[in-house]
Amino acid sequence: MGYFLSYYTYISFGCWVQNMLAAIIMLIFICFCVHFQNTAGQFFSSGHTNNWAVLVCTSRFWFNYRHVANTLSVYRSVKRLGIPDSHIVLMLADDMACNHRNPKPATVFSHRNMELNVYGDDVEVDYRGYEVTVENFLRVLTGRLPPSTPRSKRLLSDDRSNILIYLTGHGGNGFLKFQDSEEISNVELADAFEQMWQKRRYNELLFIIDTCQGASMYERFYSPNIMALASSQVGEDSLSHQPDLAIGVHLMDRYTFYLLEFLEDIHPASKSNMNDLFKVCPKSQCVSTPGHRTDLFLRDPGSVLITDFFGSVRKVEITMEAIHLTDPILQLEDGPMSEEVQEKTYSYVDQLPVSEIIHQKPKQKDWHPPDGFILGLWTLILLVFFKTYGIKHLKHIF
Amino acid sequence: TFYIEPLKINKLGVRASDTFVLTPTPQPKDDFQEELVIRPLHSGDIYASFQFRTLWETDFMRENKVSHYRLFPKSLGQVISKFSVRELHISFTQGYWRTMQWGQPFLPSPPGAELWVWFQDSVTDVDAAWKELTNVLSGIFCASLNFIDSTNTVQPSASFKPLGIVNETDHRFLRYATLPREIVCTENLTPWKKLLPCGSKAGLAVLLKSEKLFHSSFFSQTVHIRPVCQDRECKTTSWELRQTLNVVFDLHTSGQGKREWSLFKMFSRTLTEACPLASSSKIYIDVTDNPQEEYFELSPATPLLSQAVVLGDRRTFSVYDLTQQVTFGTVRSLNLLIRWKSTEGECSMLRPLLHAERYVAGYGLQTGEIHTVMYNNHPFRSFPVLLLDSVPWYLRLYIHTLTVTSKGKDNTPSYIHYQPSKDRMRPHLLEMLVQLPPHSVTEVTVQFERALLKWTEYTPDPNHGFYVGSSVISALVPSSVAMDTNITQEQPLFSSFFPCKEESSYFVRVYTEPLLVNLPTPDFSMPYNVICLTCTVVAVGYGSLYNLLTRSFQIEEPNPRLAKKIANFIRRIRGVPLLS
Repeated sequence: MGYFLSYYTYISFGCWVQNMLAAIIMLIFICFCVHFQNTAGQFFSSGHTNNWAVLVCTSRFWFNYRHVANTLSVYRSVKRLGIPDSHIVLMLADDMACNHRNPKPATVFSHRNMELNVYGDDVEVDYRGYEVTVENFLRVLTGRLPPSTPRSKRLLSDDRSNILIYLTGHGGNGFLKFQDSEEISNVELADAFEQMWQKRRYNELLFIIDTCQGASMYERFYSPNIMALASSQVGEDSLSHQPDLAIGVHLMDRYTFYLLEFLEDIHPASKSNMNDLFKVCPKSQCVSTPGHRTDLFLRDPGSVLITDFFGSVRKVEITMEAIHLTDPILQLEDGPMSEEVQEKTYSYVDQLPVSEIIHQKPKQKDWHPPDGFILGLWTLILLVFFKTYGIKHLKHIF
Repeated sequence: TFYIEPLKINKLGVRASDTFVLTPTPQPKDDFQEELVIRPLHSGDIYASFQFRTLWETDFMRENKVSHYRLFPKSLGQVISKFSVRELHISFTQGYWRTMQWGQPFLPSPPGAELWVWFQDSVTDVDAAWKELTNVLSGIFCASLNFIDSTNTVQPSASFKPLGIVNETDHRFLRYATLPREIVCTENLTPWKKLLPCGSKAGLAVLLKSEKLFHSSFFSQTVHIRPVCQDRECKTTSWELRQTLNVVFDLHTSGQGKREWSLFKMFSRTLTEACPLASSSKIYIDVTDNPQEEYFELSPATPLLSQAVVLGDRRTFSVYDLTQQVTFGTVRSLNLLIRWKSTEGECSMLRPLLHAERYVAGYGLQTGEIHTVMYNNHPFRSFPVLLLDSVPWYLRLYIHTLTVTSKGKDNTPSYIHYQPSKDRMRPHLLEMLVQLPPHSVTEVTVQFERALLKWTEYTPDPNHGFYVGSSVISALVPSSVAMDTNITQEQPLFSSFFPCKEESSYFVRVYTEPLLVNLPTPDFSMPYNVICLTCTVVAVGYGSLYNLLTRSFQIEEPNPRLAKKIANFIRRIRGVPLLS
């Protein structure tokens, strides 16, 4: 019994040490796990894996130069921060760069004295001219495009995409004018976003609009995960920034001008968040009061990075384990087909074979019966009729 | 967090040090050539034509698909094999080629966008393939080619014969369409440059900067794909992709009025190397009008001279070979300079042998008349021309008023093919083979009536007008010099585009101007005005009448004074009747 007791105390003492050790190790491990999970949580906190941008300018005619310049400056910033052309749908309703009224062709300037050419040398416009219509815009958003539409004109987003949507043009209380001939209302836009949400076409959506009374366009949104910014409140006009005397038109709108200046300071690793974006262009600079709406957005705007929407920040996970590739695919042999000598000699065609053209067989015309045939047919019918029923019926005709 | 820069794809091909373990079969041979032709024009302007050609011995039509692309761009190769295309010709042009001032271009193109395609014989539904092809091309070139549909597509019956190798020509597999309104800008040039093997990073393509190219009188970029003979025996064919860019710089706009042109002045760049993937990279300067350097001088001087027969004329060219390091000299860069010795005017303007114009006559918004005028300036030879006219359905042509007159007398065409239009479905197609007498003017006139469109069919800017595409005139023009009927690889590219079957004439295609017609346009503000007016009338008229009939009048007590109010309040508390 004493032996057992001593053994028991020995074991319990050993166990106690062991237990303590185990407990300490487990505690450290848990702390590490939590810490790791925290960093991993920060790592994947935004929840998106790819970025898309839909940038639309809805105005036509030379005096709306500033709307094209607005859209192109956002395009430029978004490209600079990493979103590739294949993920940007750019819609410009008119061509300002190669417009005959442009004194410097192939350029669109945003600053006076032609300081900054936002058109650049590497621009891909997906929808241009008459293609920018309300129908095409809504089809791009909802993805209901005809099957022959090329990939560059589609918004191929999925449920982990963050989408930036930028609209500019002339607008009013509850509508935005497209190309001076049609309008999109805020209800239609809200319904389009709801369709996108139900089809899980976005993870989070940032909507920026730079028009007169822009805040009315986001009043009707009801889908989750949408953050909206506008350049002016209902009842206010958004004003343009500065004219250039050489080009002769206003170059930019105020809100987008200060937005561009703000975005020029952002680089792909910057930590600025949405609260800084809300402060862009206060009333003293913009004359109108910019507004924003965040009640539909689940995260706190202070934790949303600018690059979550404007840039294409990819998350990288480094792995040390080896990956086995499959067996190499062998190319099929061409076979004897390419070896046989073609006995046929090819030749070019005569570009203007006059005799051939003149004697070209005339195309088959529609067959008409010969000319006197109908007349003869009717005569036959009448003769048969009167033969059967007697000659006295003739008097009804004459 | 980490971030990655977007992947920059190296377009300069594969280095020799990379090895591939697989592929026991040899890859088909492909070859890339580039050249630039500079021709000073009589009016003081300068004409530069870039030609890039990729030849590839492969067969797109076999069952196992082509998968390894080297010099040939993959996007176009996939288009060819998916839609069974035999030939594809697409051009984007800004500006109009002034034949009377500039002569004939090496490769003509109409203003706007033009696309014509020959499909293979194996295609069963040509219209469906055409529709899908235009959509795919609109994505590749960032152009609105998806507006090409049955209302502006025609099937020519005699024009636009294939320029490549064929077995037989059945015009059911040909489709032709133009978009005269199409704008060309940097967004079309960017994907075009990306199709080149060296991109815009090396070789002649570094000169293609959009700010200078679009500030010109004429700009045209084209892509031509066709099967060609590999050699003189022509037992095997290879696919040829030609990308050409024609630009005419104006003396006063780009040249500041001085008759002195250099590469830097034209393109704001100089050349430092040839494209490493090119087998030949040359610059040709046309010095035919400058024997013994009496009018202009060329620097740096070059000993290489070559002669070529192009457009029926034997021209002499000074050649700069960019694959030789000696061309770049000690400064390692080539800036060609062409300086004129005297500022006096040039000799008389050259008269092109074939020239055409087109205009709309008439007044008002109901009827009009289209006149196409063709000039044959050859002193003694007459030659046939094939005129192709494609008029949209909203100009209703009266073909019974079609007249063709030469020198005042009636000139009956030897072949007429007319396909009438169907409203909103098909345009008019008129093809005529007309013999032009020597030294004469031939005029083709037809009257038309303008249609009233439905209000949804108007463009957002209907008062600009509606465009009618250019007429195409294809002709075999007699040449003064014997043409070379053998197309070999040694000929310069600009002279070997149109195949030559006989020595005494050369094939030329002339495009007229597009027309701009005004259709009767309704006043689009009227619905708004009508609604406002009607509502005002209803509100004011009916409303007043309703009020007069149904309003009843009552006497109202005036508001009591404050003292009275307090007295009434106290009385209410007491329960005593109130003061009146």
